[in-house]
Amino acid sequence: MFLAAGIVVLIALPLVAPTYFLHLVIQILIWAFIYTAWSLMGRFGFVSFGHGAFMGIGAYVPALLWGYWDVTPWLGIPLSVMASVLLAVIVGYPCFRRKVVGHYFALVTLALSQVVLLSLIAARDITGGSLGFTQKTVGHSWYALQFPEKGYFYAIAVLLWLAGLWVWLWIDRGIGREALEAISEDEDAAAAVGIDVMREKMRVTVISAALTALGGAIYGQYVMYLNPETVSGISVSLQIVFAAILGGVYSLFGPSVGSLLTLSLTEGLRVWFGTNFIGAANTIYGILLVLCVIFMPQGVVGTLQLIRLRRRSQAKPAAAQDGVTAQDGVTAKGGVTAKGGVTT
Amino acid sequence: MDIYLVEAIINGILLGGVLALLALGLNLIFGVMDVVWIAYADIVMCGMYAIYFLYAQYGVPLPLAFIIAIAGVSGLGVLVHLLIIAPVLDSPPLNQLLATGGLLFFLQSFATLLFGTDFRNIGVRLPVLEIASMYVSFARLIAFAVGLIGAVALYFFLKRTYVGTAIRAIAQDREIVALMGIDQRRIYIVVSAIGGALAGLAACLLALQYDVHPFIGNTFGPVIFIICVLGGLGNMIGGFIAAFVISQIIAIGGYYASTELSYVLAFTFFIVLMLIRPRGLFAP
Repeated sequence: MFLAAGIVVLIALPLVAPTYFLHLVIQILIWAFIYTAWSLMGRFGFVSFGHGAFMGIGAYVPALLWGYWDVTPWLGIPLSVMASVLLAVIVGYPCFRRKVVGHYFALVTLALSQVVLLSLIAARDITGGSLGFTQKTVGHSWYALQFPEKGYFYAIAVLLWLAGLWVWLWIDRGIGREALEAISEDEDAAAAVGIDVMREKMRVTVISAALTALGGAIYGQYVMYLNPETVSGISVSLQIVFAAILGGVYSLFGPSVGSLLTLSLTEGLRVWFGTNFIGAANTIYGILLVLCVIFMPQGVVGTLQLIRLRRRSQAKPAAAQDGVTAQDGVTAKGGVTAKGGVTT
Repeated sequence: MDIYLVEAIINGILLGGVLALLALGLNLIFGVMDVVWIAYADIVMCGMYAIYFLYAQYGVPLPLAFIIAIAGVSGLGVLVHLLIIAPVLDSPPLNQLLATGGLLFFLQSFATLLFGTDFRNIGVRLPVLEIASMYVSFARLIAFAVGLIGAVALYFFLKRTYVGTAIRAIAQDREIVALMGIDQRRIYIVVSAIGGALAGLAACLLALQYDVHPFIGNTFGPVIFIICVLGGLGNMIGGFIAAFVISQIIAIGGYYASTELSYVLAFTFFIVLMLIRPRGLFAP
């Protein structure tokens, strides 16, 4: 039912929605993809503040290659993804080898996103620095991956988003998930029962970094104007972390809901307040984030699922146990997180 | 040696004084409560705005404005603790990190909402000293001296007073301390107030040198974190030394290349060192 309705809405949307609305939906979908990519790591307690770095590389590499050497994004995007993966390996491997976890991991990755941000600003002769970089436009072109008509990017964004969900399910169904959950609970114990801690961590990190770079690249192709502050650095990293946590990192649709909520909230408040109150939207956003972390650390989707579960188990206590295992998306892990939220 | 390089090194040492003061506050809070205040630099920003409005807008004498700002930011620290940190004290560490991260968003955007994005200067022009044909900013010299005095005062407070001893005891073992008849919640509030006061003091010193704007926290914040982590989170002496290491990298890097590149260098240095010594430079 829900699935069919969802598909109909997704297909019908570009036909009926006004351009502005479609623009908003495209952004929500691309960010949803990036938040989902982050949550691939975040749900296992590897809280990275470095995804701003991967996104920055993803957005800037294809744009610069196209801008200076007319290299098609079809080549530029894979290159940017490879560059991000390389960076993820260079920093991630020693991090995991030396067991840099928790606060320390968060702060090392935070430094990484600052390195990329400041490098982009420092290379102002090439990137335009803080003034940003405007892509060379050629009109409608598959070669340059530029489409003035929003419908094309809508289709790309939907496919991208679905691909992100598919990767999530793929990891969720695989043996890797149990290994990763074991690692997030207790690394040494996981290693003791024969889990290749390094391999599992590296794999999920590389996938997460690659998808984030891909999301950044598509975002760059879509908006056509890049600014170091909007695609990299600590603020973008925090934006990613918060939206994902707000929606809920333990559920398939959690990060997407986070994207929907935050972007429509920002946009709604922006329209509501107009340009007289710059910052009003983010002020309310910040308050919501603090409240969310204090009162529902498992996010909007996670909390809703918990409430539903609780209702169900109250209604028919005998079937409660079935309810827990049969429930879509709420896994055994969901029960654990109800107590603690993001576990280290 | 090149005279400009010497000048850069001296300015680096002076910058280190302010950074060390900020790192001390952050380390004190971390050492006692095990919480990283991501928004620490933005609390400093609030203090800078307070000084700007008191002194430049309402004509309050500068020393009085400084005292009000320090008291105000100290109160803000207590408020932050009671409203945001206390409810998540028993949550996993990363939730605490995220809660103060939400505060960072809030403070930056609220400041934008109230004051706009203009750069504001309190308009105090301190003389520039010329020593052996090198130029040293007097404001920085004061900042360095006050930073050192603050550090020494904090040291004696922690070593010589009853409350200070209680604070050090909590940092060592949280469970036992309660058995010794120390009220942890009261100590947490005291520590938040001291952390806030140090942020307020740093705000006074920074207001003399820099323009205040809503995003000034982004300039200092990440640097303070890497200093604290390099020194070993919670290790105050380590953080104090690390502040001067990082400020030297920034100063000398800025001399040979550009400001941004010097920060890139500092952050890269930090990442590499973390991979070599994951628990900080001075970990046992």
